[in-house]
Amino acid sequence: MSHTGRASRRWSLAAALCVLLALTVLLGVRFGSVALSTSDVLAALGGGGDPANRDIVLRLRLPRVLLAILVGGGLGVAGATFQALLRNPLAEPYILGISGGASVGAVLVLALGLVAAGSWVLPLAAFAGALVAIVLVFRVATASGRAMDVRVLLLAGVVVAAFFSACVAFILAVSPARTVQSAVLWIMGSLAAASWQAVWLTAGYTLPSTLLLIGLARPLNLMAIGEETAHYLGADVEGVKRVSLVVAALVTASGVAVAGVIGFVGLVVPHAIRILIGSDHRALLPLSFLAGGVFLALADLVARLVLAPTEIPIGVITAFVGVPFFLVLLRRNVAVA
Amino acid sequence: MRIRAEGVVVRYPGLDAAALDDVSVTVEPGTLYAVLGPNGSGKSTLMRALLGGSQLAAGRVTLDGRSLDGWDRRERARSVGVVTQSETISFSLTTREMVAMGRYPYLGALASEGDDDRAAIARALDACDVAGLADRDVTTLSGGELQRTRIARALAQEPRALVLDEPTSSLDIRHEMAILELLRASADAGMTVLLITHGLDTAAQFADRMLLLDHGRLAAEGTPSEVLREDVLLQVYGWPVSVHADPESGTPRVTPRRAPK
Repeated sequence: MSHTGRASRRWSLAAALCVLLALTVLLGVRFGSVALSTSDVLAALGGGGDPANRDIVLRLRLPRVLLAILVGGGLGVAGATFQALLRNPLAEPYILGISGGASVGAVLVLALGLVAAGSWVLPLAAFAGALVAIVLVFRVATASGRAMDVRVLLLAGVVVAAFFSACVAFILAVSPARTVQSAVLWIMGSLAAASWQAVWLTAGYTLPSTLLLIGLARPLNLMAIGEETAHYLGADVEGVKRVSLVVAALVTASGVAVAGVIGFVGLVVPHAIRILIGSDHRALLPLSFLAGGVFLALADLVARLVLAPTEIPIGVITAFVGVPFFLVLLRRNVAVA
Repeated sequence: MRIRAEGVVVRYPGLDAAALDDVSVTVEPGTLYAVLGPNGSGKSTLMRALLGGSQLAAGRVTLDGRSLDGWDRRERARSVGVVTQSETISFSLTTREMVAMGRYPYLGALASEGDDDRAAIARALDACDVAGLADRDVTTLSGGELQRTRIARALAQEPRALVLDEPTSSLDIRHEMAILELLRASADAGMTVLLITHGLDTAAQFADRMLLLDHGRLAAEGTPSEVLREDVLLQVYGWPVSVHADPESGTPRVTPRRAPK
């Protein structure tokens, strides 16, 4: 693949993902427990048509699809960032226990009645939980005082995630059911509580954070090669590491605050994009956002339709796709190491 | 560029002995300077100390007379190119993309490569004989090809000084000699080249001056014939060697002796 070939492939992929995203929105809005025709949907989006249909499209389905895109996009970007910082394609907010930490933060403040679901503060509580998880997991992984052992990091992440999920279950068990919504939401993720308020809130945290991370794409390219090399090439290693870890944690937390713990998006999406266009984060990060959005919106569609009218938790769908993917990657990784 | 260290001391937490103990060295522009010493004698630590990669417990480092702290990161990276001992490549990346990273200190966050950048990348690819591999994935390169790619990345920085930590340790003689000739030519063109190596003979062939480290201390410093002496090497390496002048070039040749029966 020639140099210009790779560049033009990036633009083709970006265009394809934009078309796919538009189609996904259309599909997501059209299908559900009440099937609408494309013309119903277009009429409703234009502000006309049958008022009941308009209600379904504008108040229920459109915010749900947009929320899926924002949360999925954010998880894709966060995954790609963690992978660059840890120089490992297996790193991901869910596997590292960061999503779990965020869910404990969110559930805790809800259970204590400090904030209501949909509050602007909820993502910050989730963010605090995510930071606790990062510190905990990284401390364990660097305990030997030497360079971070990635296998220990992944193991620590899994164990810490199990602990956080136990914390969530405990908090849910001892608090009045209505204050914290459903347990399924926090443990397997759900977009059922989507609202315009949730869309604005997630967009407010996710979009600026994503832009900031894209702005760090060039130093992240160097960090993915090694911190010492990045230092000698003129990157502010400690600064980039701190800012991008914190921002990626914030993106993860804002997704968890509205949709609960959804695993593997940050693993599958950046990996697929890398296969198509390589590892340059200037392209990888924005394309991971688009592809993450498409992936999660489609997963949500499947979650709603397969056993309709029963909804499957969306984390089940992403795990069904993500776990085999993870195992293949792990096998290859261990073989290389 | 003149690289100078004065009374540098580096300590690692938890270790009593200093990793570098009162080391002073001056590397003049246009010279190829070799740093020699047994494993663990502080060669790589010296490299890090000279480039802000490790904290000094005492002493000071200057680049062109200016204290290391006075250099902006990117400005330093435009002046000094570094090839570390090794790096782990976890993601797919083409050879050209890898070499293009050398332009990092020249480019803003959102700027794309200009003509200058492309020309520098092309020159670096040619100089290290990896232009033909430009579109290959670096994870598929041989050890020698990867090493030449990493040197090309440092050259793409268009530096005035090059610092290399055992750059030829995994290479066959043709590629080793080609790289050393390249470094020699760069020094002759005015570049400062600091080469950390285990190769006493090749260092003797190519270096203007050399420094021998022993347990973090300076054991000898000077021209190859001043440093590569039987008594000094026996003391530093703890192994008997014989040193002869090469019949063609007159540079010292070091032959380790067999263990006495």
